Amino acid sequence: MCGIVGLYLKNETLRPKLGELFAPMLSEMRSRGPDSAGVAIYRNSVADSETKYSLAHDSSEYDWKAIDTGIESTFKCEARITQIDTHAILVSTLAENDLRSWIAEYHPQVRLVGSGQSLEIFKEVGLPDDVYRRFSLKQAEGSHMIGHTRMATESAVTTAGSHPFATGSDLCLVHNGSLSNHNRLREQLQKEGLHFQTENDTEVAAAYMTWKLRQGLSLHSALEGAIDDLDGFYTFCVGTGDGFAVLRDPIACKHAVMAETDDWVAMATEFRSIATLPDSNNANIWEPKPATVYTWGGQGEVMH
Amino acid sequence: MASLNLQTLGLRAINAQLNTGDIASGSSWEITEPKGQHAIACGLQADIKVDIRGHVGFYCAGMNQNADVTVHGHAGVGIAENMMSGQVRVTGNASQAAGATAHGGLLVIEGDASSRCGISMKGIDIVVGGSVGHMSAFMAQSGNLVVCGDAGEALGDSIYEARLFVRGKVENLGADCIEKTMTEEHIKTVDDLLKKAGIDGDAKDFKRYGSARQLYNFDIDNADAY
Repeated sequence: MCGIVGLYLKNETLRPKLGELFAPMLSEMRSRGPDSAGVAIYRNSVADSETKYSLAHDSSEYDWKAIDTGIESTFKCEARITQIDTHAILVSTLAENDLRSWIAEYHPQVRLVGSGQSLEIFKEVGLPDDVYRRFSLKQAEGSHMIGHTRMATESAVTTAGSHPFATGSDLCLVHNGSLSNHNRLREQLQKEGLHFQTENDTEVAAAYMTWKLRQGLSLHSALEGAIDDLDGFYTFCVGTGDGFAVLRDPIACKHAVMAETDDWVAMATEFRSIATLPDSNNANIWEPKPATVYTWGGQGEVMH
Repeated sequence: MASLNLQTLGLRAINAQLNTGDIASGSSWEITEPKGQHAIACGLQADIKVDIRGHVGFYCAGMNQNADVTVHGHAGVGIAENMMSGQVRVTGNASQAAGATAHGGLLVIEGDASSRCGISMKGIDIVVGGSVGHMSAFMAQSGNLVVCGDAGEALGDSIYEARLFVRGKVENLGADCIEKTMTEEHIKTVDDLLKKAGIDGDAKDFKRYGSARQLYNFDIDNADAY
């Protein structure tokens, strides 16, 4: 059992309050997932020439400065790093593949958990409120967030097994459910050159999305492919550069509810998360249909 | 009308209040700020009227007997599950398994109901103003499901003796569910239910679906059991 939540602010004047609005949404899902929690926040877009990387390590004492100085001296390119507890946000002109192999060689315990222009990912073991506090997210400004509270069923309670999982530039995914064909799919994707950091079933879904998007498919098409290729129970919430997408398996056992007002659009495993949002009582509320791709973002329109 | 604020009083106190043995028959109650909490107004037994002002979570008005409960908003999973009698109304949409396993009473959903509406229904009457999702009336045993909109995939899969009436399109029928003739008796049933539900519609526009009786051991001598 897990809880997933997503919030996209249509009204730009609410953006300074994103972290504050999202905090109770995630907190309400603590009873569905007390083991670990994670969020993806979209904020502070970097220049087109740069990429923002989310890095994580088991210890908050890690020497993060060694990373940006190391990159600058090795690659002769700009890099600036900001530590936030056990995570760090690195902004650099360095390409992702170069960063990945350099980290693997010189900082093997550091995990690259996300990348893009505006995406930042934070995830840790512990209760959602505690995780949220550690990364100072209540004060966060931004356009949208997705989050996950996990009650582990398929793999260990570790930071690496926490959601969200990155699926590509400014894309990440949270999952409520369990996949039944993840072992075979992982083997197939490994043959396609995809790398895995955990035994987690959701990481396989994330890698699948990465693989599809690399082939040039749109997010919508990639998610439609997932309906055919992923077996098991799932409600996915996929964070995108300008909103988020929702997909449920054809049986749709895993709960999901969506709501929209003039100011925001939201999805959650249970409505009590959405009930904390302003004017939620007057929201348009409905349950997303099975095997149907919903994309929210830009103008806050629903496409399916 | 007595007003109960769920955020102030808490769920258990409110449910206990509505379940006290000496609660006045015919009294009216209002529950404010439900905020999507689960199991609100569960297990009511008295013929009281309860208005819930806002959206509710899972299993609202479950096991209801005699009470008349209205959710002014959206209802989460399992609204009026296992209802025995009385009436439950949802002014918005409802999530999965509305009226699941319910034995009696009337459930009205003015908006859409999601998948598995009326799953294993055992005598309840359900009127849905909008559409229902997939696997609705799965293993439905008895009672009536009236859908003013469309029905999703596998309507009435493995159905027993419940009667299904759909005005719109049926995506497809589940195993052992077939279309049947609308007789005068069925038109009257639908007409009565629409009137009780306060939903406009001409009963003659509905089609009837029910069991082909090939999947389970149906014996005409046992028809009264349903």
